[in-house]
Amino acid sequence: MQQKNQHDYSVVNHSVRKKDAMALVTGQPVFMDDVVQNHCLTVKLLHSPHAHARIRSIDTSRALQVAGIECVLTYKDVPQKRFTLAGQTYPEPSPYDRLILDKELRFVGDVVAIVAGETKKAVDQAMKRIKVDYEILDPVLDFRTAKDNPVIVHPEENWISLCPVGADNKRNLCASGMEAEGDVDSILDSCDYVVERTYHTKACQQAMMETFRTYTKLDPYGRLIVTSSTQIPFHVRRILANALDIKKSRIRVCKPRIGGGFGAKQTAVSEIYPAIVTMKTGKAAKIIFSRYESQIASSPRHEMEVKVKIGADRTGIIQAIDVYSLSNTGAFGEHGPTTVGLSGHKSIPLYGKAKAFRFAYDVVYTNQMSAGAYRGYGATQGFFAVESAVNELADNMHMDPFVLRRINMVQEGQIMPAYYGEKNTSCALDRCLDRVKEMIGWDEKYPSKDMGNGKVRGVGLAIAMQGSGISNVDVGSATVKLNDDGFYTLSIGASDMGTGCDTILSQIAAEELGCSLDDVTVFGVDTDASPYDSGSYASSTTYITGQAVVKACRELKKRIAEYSKKYPGLSLKEIGNQSMAGNDISLEVTSMHTSPVSPPPFMAGAAEVEVDKETGQVELIDYAAVVDCGTTVNPNLARVQVEGGLVQGIGMALYENIQYTDKGKLRNNSFMQYKIPTRQDIGDIHVEFESSYENSGPYGAKSIGEIVINTPGPAIADAVYHATGLRFRELPITPEMIAMGLDEEE
Amino acid sequence: MLGLFFLLFNLGIAYSDFFKYHLRWFITAVALQRYRGKGASELITIKKYVRAESLEQAYQLNQKRSNRILGGMLWMKMSSNTVQCAIDLSDVISREIDEREDSFVIGAMTPLRELETNKSLNQYTCGAIRESLRSIVGIQFRNTATVGGSVYGRFGFSDVLTMLLALDTSVQLYRGGIVPLETYANMPYDNDIIVNIIIKKTPLKTAYMSSRNTRTDFPVLACAISFYKDEQRVVIGARPQKAMIIRADENVQKLIDSEAEVYAQALAGQVKREVLTSSNMRGSAEYRRHLAYVLTKRASLHILDPKEAGIC
Amino acid sequence: MLIKMWLNGKAVRAHIKSDTLLLDFVREQGCKSVKYGCDTANCGLCTVMLEGEPVLSCSTLAARVEGKHVVTLEGLQDEAREFGEFLADQGADQCGYCNPGFIMNILAMMKELDDPTDDEIKEYLAGNLCRCSGFVGQMRSIRNYIKSKKEGRHAAEESA
Repeated sequence: MQQKNQHDYSVVNHSVRKKDAMALVTGQPVFMDDVVQNHCLTVKLLHSPHAHARIRSIDTSRALQVAGIECVLTYKDVPQKRFTLAGQTYPEPSPYDRLILDKELRFVGDVVAIVAGETKKAVDQAMKRIKVDYEILDPVLDFRTAKDNPVIVHPEENWISLCPVGADNKRNLCASGMEAEGDVDSILDSCDYVVERTYHTKACQQAMMETFRTYTKLDPYGRLIVTSSTQIPFHVRRILANALDIKKSRIRVCKPRIGGGFGAKQTAVSEIYPAIVTMKTGKAAKIIFSRYESQIASSPRHEMEVKVKIGADRTGIIQAIDVYSLSNTGAFGEHGPTTVGLSGHKSIPLYGKAKAFRFAYDVVYTNQMSAGAYRGYGATQGFFAVESAVNELADNMHMDPFVLRRINMVQEGQIMPAYYGEKNTSCALDRCLDRVKEMIGWDEKYPSKDMGNGKVRGVGLAIAMQGSGISNVDVGSATVKLNDDGFYTLSIGASDMGTGCDTILSQIAAEELGCSLDDVTVFGVDTDASPYDSGSYASSTTYITGQAVVKACRELKKRIAEYSKKYPGLSLKEIGNQSMAGNDISLEVTSMHTSPVSPPPFMAGAAEVEVDKETGQVELIDYAAVVDCGTTVNPNLARVQVEGGLVQGIGMALYENIQYTDKGKLRNNSFMQYKIPTRQDIGDIHVEFESSYENSGPYGAKSIGEIVINTPGPAIADAVYHATGLRFRELPITPEMIAMGLDEEE
Repeated sequence: MLGLFFLLFNLGIAYSDFFKYHLRWFITAVALQRYRGKGASELITIKKYVRAESLEQAYQLNQKRSNRILGGMLWMKMSSNTVQCAIDLSDVISREIDEREDSFVIGAMTPLRELETNKSLNQYTCGAIRESLRSIVGIQFRNTATVGGSVYGRFGFSDVLTMLLALDTSVQLYRGGIVPLETYANMPYDNDIIVNIIIKKTPLKTAYMSSRNTRTDFPVLACAISFYKDEQRVVIGARPQKAMIIRADENVQKLIDSEAEVYAQALAGQVKREVLTSSNMRGSAEYRRHLAYVLTKRASLHILDPKEAGIC
Repeated sequence: MLIKMWLNGKAVRAHIKSDTLLLDFVREQGCKSVKYGCDTANCGLCTVMLEGEPVLSCSTLAARVEGKHVVTLEGLQDEAREFGEFLADQGADQCGYCNPGFIMNILAMMKELDDPTDDEIKEYLAGNLCRCSGFVGQMRSIRNYIKSKKEGRHAAEESA
């Protein structure tokens, strides 16, 4: 396949090793728990066993008697100003509904007390001795009944919503709204084919391998130094200042290497606990969430129920799309108002010929774990719904779902009314779809094939898009400086969580500066020293921070040229050395970038499944994906991003289940009960790229971080439908659902 | 709380099969709840570690309620109990499979991985023993978990118990002597020590199948079948309760010389009628009954069809 | 209690508690490559060699390794680097958190399996979870590594 982008770069678009690769593969001590001092207080949390309760009394006296216990904090010991833990640009759209410790407990797992002591054993012992008298209250456990439910999750007077997101705590609304263009209802009425369905996705967990953890200490100047596994160092600084009610200037946040995030660490899940212990005791403190805690008291995907009504004319052109999303933000509103938007804003614009659309939504509070940011950020849930509805529409019309998409999908150059009216400036979706069809062998395999041995195969596909940063909001910065001997230091505020952005940004710098990758060293994030960056989320790092790198390098080249003019004939090395004496031309530049647009990456995904008709087991035979992320700055890293995201999407589609007791306790509270895919649970995965060229992005790049999880849900659901005739509108699709569904039909 | 259950349990055992059956399942569920629930966030506390120098010493130590024998420790580690004295049998119990002329004598400390890779044992079981073990979490797990620990635990989800009940297996207890596994499986937890697991080389054909939601998850249902000279035995485990044995009744046995498909369906039908299943996180009672039928049928066909039969 | 054992070839004498886990013990001894990933023995991040066999250090008492040899990635740096280069060349190292346990098990696999198929490799490594890479990049690395080892052996045999 001919690449549209023919540029021949020296470093960009090359599959170089990550700068930290060899350190990671030889097990060097680079993660938080490897780099901080061993001697510090161990901090653990007492979690509420009830979904909704008020603390009548809490007696910590016996706990304090345990030798080695430094402090036991309760709701009586914390500031009373509410804040949000959401990692978002200020003013945060997420409501300020949190206290470090609250008298009211709002989900099973909510934090009741903070215990800090010299050893784990002392802390465990003390935890057992805390006596709590809970007044058990009625919980709201079904998000479908949450709106206007007499039980109010956040009745408190000091609950605040900073932005106009349609929030109303008295109605259990964290956000609500509606956008529309054109007359959706009458257009749908006039359609020849209409599909109206409801789809349901659950609160899946990011399940990164390194759980939440933070270390805090006071430096000799009385400042709070925070070392945390976080995607949002700068936001953490603000969040802690709010939570502790201290000045931001007193806080410094450092980020070591992170063992994965996927959005989980875009909420300040762990930081406030050791921070308040350090502030109260003056001692260094560390908290490491167990896997259990990371499953029950973290920041999973928002459970959503999405109603889709979609209509097409006789020839199959989609005329109108009507989407209503009900999103469950759980006990607290982090990322509630913002994730829901993507469920419509990313899914609807794919169908560029629609004359009308409506997107309405409610985000409700419930007494379940507070949801947060997880790769895809609402788009994933929206795609499961809309792409499934499109597949059902195709089925209704007896049209090949490939063809239905081919004749409807958005084209390069089109304006996208449902996507903030942005223009589609770079789009190879057509090539992606055509290529994925070839890769999966669609023509031979659609819709299904009976294998004759009790098994049947089916294929299904889906398309998707995402964004590249949050337009007019996300900010990325880079500082580049020339050092002695002519090497460069690149200092960034973006958080590499394993994605390799340190390397990717260095590649961009090296390309722009015309040097080798080895001549660029990267300085990781420290809020005192690094230039400001919103953080690593919203697929912003390559597109936004990358462009900041380009800008900084271009400016630096100008300065070097200026210096050269003054001192002609010097090599770069000589300039580096000489410029350190008697020089007033700074060879260090900081640039900042933000974008008024968020050009979408696009992709197409296709699944081939084999279903055992008797047991209902689904074997994923093949998954093909073709991605347009603009230029791939590092093709290897881009490919692994896709593969990783696909497997997470496959997990969401087939394996990762969220189940509660009737008292609201999460049952999938370990890797024993929450089954992320193992290497035996996936078949072959094939990834290719069809690159467009995005002029507003660094070297034509867009983004890739999130889009990659969006296609497996709907593609696999349709493949299962073609294989079995059973349509599933809730994930995960389990063997039991299939076996019993087939059994019933017989 | 658990103490109360054990008391009731022991009383129940003495008086009622029904009680015995349900309480055992309940205990397993409660025990698992500890691993699933709050207990999963805490780890075992052990006050004293002793490496036993003789079986007698180990036995004496184990008489105290708050002491425990260490198997692979995988389950024990996840419980939030306090163990006063953890007794390590590594020096007094074998970690090996001793193949004799008429039996396999497997030391209780033998890791599951040993059973999985043992050529003779796999030859004898037509590859079924490996099939029953290869889906258990991972290699590292099976290098650590012991057959004695698995058998003692008599867990509902146990592939090991399901497989061994299909074979001519006995448990050799230190004080209790040699007890058929079928009997042992229904005995209450006690303070005796498993020394060996003995599998007699009784002529048979056997097969193991399980259905799992992911490849290395607990089974939704486990099924081991053995065809002896005069008996066709089906063992259904992970019901979710621990394995139960269903022997082909007269009507089914009569069909043993019919076409494989006819026999298989008949046996599967009997199993579906007689198996007792319940619902849990992984599946409903109804789905498990359905699976019991499917797996029994398939395992029978695997044994009966000469083209299908494995390495036997 | 006092134990005497071998850690990466060095004799170690240390005081431990009866319920000190081998995972905590080796980390305290400075072997930070060994990681905690879960509470339920499912993830494989804590894999170490005990008398040459891969085990879960999270579920092994330190007391049980009295007199025994334990090896972590710190004691297999050359081997780790050798395989690691193949992983790095795929970009499949990603966050790196699962890498040490994964590589330990690969080294064990290379000793135990001869010329494994893809399915055999997957089964051997099933107990090593990864959330970043989607596994297939790891598989490519392993295939390239095995090929290179074979070619190396070939070359050595031919030159012999």
